[in-house]
Amino acid sequence: MKIIIDQDKCVASGQCVTAAVDVFDQRDEDGIVVLLNDNPPEDLAADVHQAAAVCPALAIVVED
Amino acid sequence: MSVLVVGASAAGLSTVESLRRKGYREPITVLGAEWHLPYDRPPLSKQFLCGDWDEDRTRLRPDTMLSALEAEFVLGDSAVGLDVERRTVHTASGRELQADAVVIATGLRARVLPDQGGLDGVHVLRTLDDAAALRKDLLEASRVVVVGDGVLGAEIAATARKMGLSVTMAGPQAAPLQSQFGPVVAGLLEELHASEGVHLKLGTAVTGLTDEDGRVTGVRLETGEVLPADVVVVALGAVPATDWLADSGLRLDNGVVCDARCRAAEGIYAAGDVARWQHEDSLLRLENRTNATEQAACVAANILGDAQPYRPVPYFWTDQFATKIQVHGRPSEAAEVTVAEGNLDERRFVVHYRRDRRVVAVLGWNMPKQTRLHRHHLVHA
Ligand SMILES: Cc1cc2nc3c(=O)[nH]c(=O)nc-3n(C[C@H](O)[C@H](O)[C@H](O)COP(=O)(O)OP(=O)(O)OC[C@H]3O[C@@H](n4cnc5c(N)ncnc54)[C@H](O)[C@@H]3O)c2cc1C
Repeated sequence: MKIIIDQDKCVASGQCVTAAVDVFDQRDEDGIVVLLNDNPPEDLAADVHQAAAVCPALAIVVED
Repeated sequence: MSVLVVGASAAGLSTVESLRRKGYREPITVLGAEWHLPYDRPPLSKQFLCGDWDEDRTRLRPDTMLSALEAEFVLGDSAVGLDVERRTVHTASGRELQADAVVIATGLRARVLPDQGGLDGVHVLRTLDDAAALRKDLLEASRVVVVGDGVLGAEIAATARKMGLSVTMAGPQAAPLQSQFGPVVAGLLEELHASEGVHLKLGTAVTGLTDEDGRVTGVRLETGEVLPADVVVVALGAVPATDWLADSGLRLDNGVVCDARCRAAEGIYAAGDVARWQHEDSLLRLENRTNATEQAACVAANILGDAQPYRPVPYFWTDQFATKIQVHGRPSEAAEVTVAEGNLDERRFVVHYRRDRRVVAVLGWNMPKQTRLHRHHLVHA
């Protein structure tokens, strides 16, 4: 699994962190997404796909 | 089994994606009135309008992801009627589309002023074509008047200002978004716009437009004053796009009325801006981007046999100038506002909105991450 984030599209909603807290975080100063792990273990796959699905800015792409 | 989704935008596409993610492999048809492949609306008043993003960047999903969905997209054709019993949709071009489940995701249509029809230089902003036409006009204009002091009006004013135009925002409220955010936060928004050079004509109603040779020349206020303009943007909100359902027999009342599981009738569901569903003890309709996705996911689950009530914690954001505002829950003008983190003077804070001592919303100003961390006050409230 490979995760690609687009910080320029990110709107700082933090929905991805709510969905997958071990994989995504937000910058303290402006809330923009940061990737904690761009190749997380398989057992987080469902959460990561959920994060990509709920991102209101479509800023997360997951390649299996 | 087969599914027909009417409306090829945020809620419509999310329905399809959720169905496929949940393992549904049978036919899906998506009917969309616009010719464009599904695109996102929030950038239309922001990055697309100011020219930072091109049309391609507003696409909801690239071609590869769309084709992987294996759904049939019927674009450039509008639904004009629904036979609820037979779950059949009739389209403007004469198609008849039948399915076992129909999802209504037709969103909203912008409200217009009674006398705006046919005048050059007058715009609304709901679609990509609207945004492209407005942008083209703004590039040649020097003075724009935005009629409307809600979230869309405020965003357009900010973007037009960023593009270097002289901008006036006119509306009936004491401050922008006051009925949603209350006087404290709306007051700060007013200061923000004023400090960025937006002329505010608030607390007065707009009564009409002035024109010459078929082109708008200004906006008339109830005081008799005329605000001169090369371009006028009418941002007076939007109404549910349910005209096509008028004869369907479905209950239409400020949206498609649904039960707690977003069902309007047996086999008929609604999601996104158009849906007004039974939420706790009242009917609720939300107009925001995350609701489109979340409600669509709930509808997809229910089509596949779940019996999930839809119970979101509403969320929306707005970006104006360099200010990012995030809102979880449902703020209101009457709620009591207290600062929970940061401070107002530094324009970096989180406030709580309380009614009957319960936190009903948290709003963050330039503190997105911290605001999210206050969301639990709503979940347990
Ligand atoms: C300019 C703008 C900026 C915004 N900014 C923000 C923001 O910053 N934050 C936020 O949270 N939300 C924002 N929103 C709101 C957000 O975009 C909407 O909540 C979201 O688009 C709703 O999605 P939807 O699919 O329900 O409806 P829509 O996006 O309105 O899609 C409905 C689709 O149905 C189609 N349709 C309509 N009638 C028919 C018919 N009869 N037959 C076939 N197709 C039909 C339409 O062409 C349209 O493509 C913004 C909206 C706009 C317009």
